[in-house]
Amino acid sequence: MKTRREFIKISTVGAGLTAVGLTAFGSGIFRWLESDNEKPVSDEDLTAYPTYCEVCFWKCAGWVYVDKSGRIRKIVGNKKDPHSNGRLCPRGTGGVGMYYDEDRLKTPLIRETRDDGSQYFREATWDEALDKVAGKMKEVKEKYGPEAFGLFNHGSPGAHLEHLMRAYGSETNAEPAYANCRGPRSAAYYATFGAFIGSPENTDIRDTRCLVLIGSHIGENMHNSQIQEMSAAINNKATIITVDPRLSTAAGHSTFWLPIKPATDIALLMAWINVLINENIYNKDFVNKYTFGFDLLKNHVKNMTPEWAYGITGIEPDVIRKTARAMAGAAPAVVIHPGRHTVWYGDDTQRERAMAILTALLGAWGKRGSLYLPEAANLPQYPQPEYPEPSWTWKDINEGNYPLATMGITTELLKASIPGNNYKHQIKAWLVGGTNLPVSLPDKKLFKEAAAAVEFIAVMDTMPMEITGYADVVLPEATYLERYDFLRAAQNRVPNVALRMPAAEPKYESKPAWWITKQIGEKLGLHEYFNYNDYSEVIDWQLKQVGTSLEEMKQIGIKTFPRKSGPPYLGENEDYTFNTNTGKIELYSSDLADHGFDPIPVYKPHPEPPQNFYRLIYGRAPMHTFSRTTNNHNLWDLMSENSVWVNPRVANIWGLKTGQKVWLKNQDDAVSKFPVAVRVTERIRWDSVFMVHGFGHSNRKLSRAFGRGASDEVMITHVAVDPVMGGAGMRGNFITFLKEDPNKNGKEVEA
Amino acid sequence: MRYAMAIDTKKCVGCGDCVVACQTENNVPHGYCRDWVVENVNGKYPDLNLEFRSERCNHCDNAPCVRCCPTGASHIVEGGIVLVEDNKCIGCSACIESCPYNARYVHPEGYVDKCTFCVQRVEKGQNPACVDVCPTYCLHFGDLDDPNSAVSKAMKGRQWKLLSPEAGTKPQLYFLI
Repeated sequence: MKTRREFIKISTVGAGLTAVGLTAFGSGIFRWLESDNEKPVSDEDLTAYPTYCEVCFWKCAGWVYVDKSGRIRKIVGNKKDPHSNGRLCPRGTGGVGMYYDEDRLKTPLIRETRDDGSQYFREATWDEALDKVAGKMKEVKEKYGPEAFGLFNHGSPGAHLEHLMRAYGSETNAEPAYANCRGPRSAAYYATFGAFIGSPENTDIRDTRCLVLIGSHIGENMHNSQIQEMSAAINNKATIITVDPRLSTAAGHSTFWLPIKPATDIALLMAWINVLINENIYNKDFVNKYTFGFDLLKNHVKNMTPEWAYGITGIEPDVIRKTARAMAGAAPAVVIHPGRHTVWYGDDTQRERAMAILTALLGAWGKRGSLYLPEAANLPQYPQPEYPEPSWTWKDINEGNYPLATMGITTELLKASIPGNNYKHQIKAWLVGGTNLPVSLPDKKLFKEAAAAVEFIAVMDTMPMEITGYADVVLPEATYLERYDFLRAAQNRVPNVALRMPAAEPKYESKPAWWITKQIGEKLGLHEYFNYNDYSEVIDWQLKQVGTSLEEMKQIGIKTFPRKSGPPYLGENEDYTFNTNTGKIELYSSDLADHGFDPIPVYKPHPEPPQNFYRLIYGRAPMHTFSRTTNNHNLWDLMSENSVWVNPRVANIWGLKTGQKVWLKNQDDAVSKFPVAVRVTERIRWDSVFMVHGFGHSNRKLSRAFGRGASDEVMITHVAVDPVMGGAGMRGNFITFLKEDPNKNGKEVEA
Repeated sequence: MRYAMAIDTKKCVGCGDCVVACQTENNVPHGYCRDWVVENVNGKYPDLNLEFRSERCNHCDNAPCVRCCPTGASHIVEGGIVLVEDNKCIGCSACIESCPYNARYVHPEGYVDKCTFCVQRVEKGQNPACVDVCPTYCLHFGDLDDPNSAVSKAMKGRQWKLLSPEAGTKPQLYFLI
């Protein structure tokens, strides 16, 4: 049995896949735009195909314009779509770069071992690759049960893989989108309101009078309709309050910027709650009618004054009072934005709880300008048998820990993949789709140990992301512009359905995820779960159940439906039962109390940077979606590498200048592989540095992105686990600067 | 008729969507751009001011690039849009030197290229691509002589500034502040 999996850089395959490097800025090898000096083509000469975007999870609907020669020319938003309102973000506009990327995975690949023991990828036919995956799935099922085949997934392709795995008998799945991103928010809002926030978030920013952002950087995270609504809020002269140790773009557009000391947000939130209650400016009618535990809360916060919080957060008491009053004055039309990437310090469910409690005190739930009541279109499932019941699932891996987790926890799946950890339920093989695990997960040591331990890894992706280097079989997926997918039926103010259809034939040998999973399913004898020849049959069937058809949707792209659950706002004094133990909004969480957690949030101090170290804060840039877009030529043109933001005071101490290349080292001696340029800027606090996530790719096959900038996740070796739901808190890492290349004498470090 | 653009710096987030939309609409080669984003930070932490600006050719009333062009390739069409006729352009770059906004570049095919306000769209009554794509609705285009145009309405009651007014070029990009 193979015990060690060697990381393979895909560039070592046959001549057909040889990488061609760039020599200078702008000298791409693939110049489809300039190659024949084409002039702009009038829209009338182009054919438009409906799609919804897959460059990020917002999934904006748009039109793909194709010219007479079949080439994709541009993508624009669909005006009927509430996610985009006809305007895509830079990534959606630049989605063409994903299709044209010359570094795309082109054929299936199979790992082989030479006589000398070294390993390489061999180009394979689809039949060989699919046989290999199906064969291993059969083997694992016979030896260990289907549950031992784990799935790591994200996005539209991940949903097809999930269907395959459920049909096969495994629900051992996790996506970084939960325990490495939204998880604490889900747990906290469910504990408080008995409802998840969901995606797109049900924030009524368009009509709000006060928008409160706790570290949420709208404008740098390019959540399309939210950006558009923030513009509307600016037009409407809404008060915007931003809490961030960094002058984020949103902070730059805010009425109040509170430059908080990192890791102290709960103290500020509790002080705001204290002011609302002490000054008697909370929404009494709302609190009396809909909430549980007010007196317990009042008693809990009685000493958490703005003066107390000042000592912790560095935010002056009068600013805390003034902002609390601004919220109260605007209530109930206040959006306390629940955030999205909420895994920071390990007590993140509690911070999110404090935000949910603040929301409730302002009555800012179910009212115009606060959190509206969303609704999604209900699409019937295409006929298929019930999924088999697995004998254990992701939930059982947790062995009773993380009781409020509602989805699989990536870290736990990794740990269960290492036999030495003696988990009761062990994972023997992985299927990975749409997620670049070594870049999206912290703690690389754990990831590598787990990847080396499992018997088999199959990876489906469009690009040679780092994760493909760990695969036994690589399955090249068609991009979203070349495939049918499941219908988008996301929640919104108005229920709607959006269609994605191919605007072009899949390039190279790539195939849509629905096709790949169907082939594997058929090989496993699961035909009843894949009872169609083409996925368009599934879509057409579903659309006909809701009174439309594929033919109609090809013309319109998106269709809205009347709400069935009543209006998106609560009526005056309307009775409403919340899905919690008490049927009320739980200011005091009975669920958290039952599990032995703080029922009302308590501020607890977190570790601070040692001398000469600075807290690593990471975030987004509007033109990129994490590591997935950094090789996209259109978006690479806008931002080809990240920088490390350093306050001038710090730069002065270290003698750093803007543009100077440094290497980073963290508290555990983890060192960045690639140098990163310093950006000296007043926009960051003196106790922190900031980096945009997704850069510093280590796979040479990503010819543009390789070695450009540094990766923050290499510096994230310390993970503060949230005991409530298993979130991986990643903001407790500290870095220092190295002015000399620490790798220059060593051999090349692998991924 | 006087075409102009107003850019609302209170709303721009500097995302660069205007740049990508221009690239795909006008086939601007990779590595070049007709529009770009400038970020300005002023002050000391935490008393700071942050401004993003989407910039491009100012389509000046008194355009030095047109005056200095030896072949007449740089010219002004109806509504004040400054254009370059690529067949007439010899790539001498005098216009590039004369432009106070650094709005022009030499296209790999040898002629000088720059923002055209998407004249091919404007002729059909559409907005430039950057205006129609902007997710913050911070770009406004139209005829300044028409009080009901989007640009006139956006500027109404707002303070604005020009870039390098001292150059005397009478630029037609108005940055709302």
